[in-house]
Amino acid sequence: MNSFTKYFTDIFWGFRSLLIGMSVTGRYFFSPGQIVTQQYPENRKKLKMFERFKGDLIMPHDEHNQHRCTGCGICETNCPNGSIEVISDRIELPDGKKKRIIDKHIYHLSMCTFCSLCVKTCPSEALDWDQTFEHAVFDRTKLTKILNKPGSSIIKDIE
Amino acid sequence: MKEIINLPVQSIEEEEYHINMGPQHPSTHGVLRLVVTLQGEIVKKLQPHCGYIHRGIEKMCEKDTYQQIIHLTDRMDYLSAHINNHAVCLLVEGALEVEVPERVKYIRTILDELNRIASHQLWWSSFGMDLGGLTCFFYGLRDREHILDIFEESFGSRLLHSYYTPGGLMRDVHPNFQKRVKDFLKYNRKKIKDYDRILSGNVIFLERSKGVGVLSKELAINYGVTGPSGRGSGWACDIRKKHPYAMYDKVEFREVLRHEGDTYSRYMVRIDEMRESMNIIEQLIDNIPEGDFSAKMKPIIRLPEGEYYQCVESARGELGIYCISDGNKNPVRMKFRTPSFVNLGVLDKISREMKIADLVAIGASLDLVIPDIDR
Ligand code: SF4
Ligand code: SF4
Repeated sequence: MNSFTKYFTDIFWGFRSLLIGMSVTGRYFFSPGQIVTQQYPENRKKLKMFERFKGDLIMPHDEHNQHRCTGCGICETNCPNGSIEVISDRIELPDGKKKRIIDKHIYHLSMCTFCSLCVKTCPSEALDWDQTFEHAVFDRTKLTKILNKPGSSIIKDIE
Repeated sequence: MKEIINLPVQSIEEEEYHINMGPQHPSTHGVLRLVVTLQGEIVKKLQPHCGYIHRGIEKMCEKDTYQQIIHLTDRMDYLSAHINNHAVCLLVEGALEVEVPERVKYIRTILDELNRIASHQLWWSSFGMDLGGLTCFFYGLRDREHILDIFEESFGSRLLHSYYTPGGLMRDVHPNFQKRVKDFLKYNRKKIKDYDRILSGNVIFLERSKGVGVLSKELAINYGVTGPSGRGSGWACDIRKKHPYAMYDKVEFREVLRHEGDTYSRYMVRIDEMRESMNIIEQLIDNIPEGDFSAKMKPIIRLPEGEYYQCVESARGELGIYCISDGNKNPVRMKFRTPSFVNLGVLDKISREMKIADLVAIGASLDLVIPDIDR
């Protein structure tokens, strides 16, 4: 093929490839099929995350304001970056035995890497994930949370 | 005093000049600084400066237990987090001689391949964007979203999963898992055709990628360039074939090889690899056996004294983990041989005498992930 015809065939094939590409973009432009983008802040009410989504660490409480945490501190040891601090008290039971109860279960959301080791290793399954994801705050002290609610106690049969 | 004054000055020819590409340059996809010596527009020499995002992961591993190390490896090559996790798990399981349940092997292989597809899709998006095709970026991310949804539904995270644990998985996959994966495969087969139509045949793209940054097979082997970049030069270096782990010796797949060694062949290897990954998943997804999602492991894992090495094929090449244990619950030394770091070494060699605009294409075709370089 001499260079003259090659020049024109190159132009032809070049244009053809551009048109093929544009046919794809054109198709999506006129018939997008399914709209994949979301109108985020407006659809807040309807927006539902997957139930296993790791948003925020919580300690589920039942209707009597009772949780399952014994204050054993296993989650604290297993956390790779010190996001959890467990402060427990020792109380004396009526029968003279000493028992450990949780005072504060402090969780630093700002340091958490969402590795889920605390949830997995907790022997009494006291921790779980919540699906909230809007974590932006103006003051970072707000990211330190106390997971056991005020006045809460432990469910009876957990040892 | 004299030595300080007589520091060797970088030799620089007449009419040459240095420019810094990065650390904040969009085409380096992170904080990588390339000091480029130019003559006009021609690249004469290139010197990568790493360390801007160094977090000391290897050092941190020395104080962590083996379960905790998993979440650190997520953060090296964040685009193939599952595969990094897999490497640590295999290392621990190999050292303790634990046999993981069949179900775990199946699920791990499927997730690894999904992760590889997601990684290649993101690479495709950014590669198109670097060469000026912004449409690619949207299409690639749109399709990757389906994989992230599968991940999110099963274990709640989209990028940094920490889902594997020595001995098995954190929890079982979601009941919808199989259906979603099958839907995705059907969907993605169509979309990959679009990728070809938009970019692979595009005349502008071909002009900018064919014959650019030729990496010969010899050079690839000498520099240890593994993964799709090495296979684009005809070097069969797939760990999944050479040292099979998980289910890779039971499934049939082709090791994608091309021999030109230029940017275009590295590109095509990755596109074909996505298809191969889908073939692998298709063979496994229907016959995931029932069973436990984890083997019984002690809560505190202590590896027997000794040295261990485990390599896996991550989306960028061979990820090797070398570990020395003294029998305690944390390793004495962990060394990660990360593919991006090794592949970066060859960038200087293959971009010499190229235009600076080609450097962007070459860098993108090596698919460098900066946290993987610096770890
Ligand atoms: S949350 Fe669980 S692991 Fe942590 S202190 Fe309470 S019971 Fe122990
Ligand atoms: S998810 Fe991981 S990092 Fe976060 S609090 Fe639990 S153990 Fe610590």
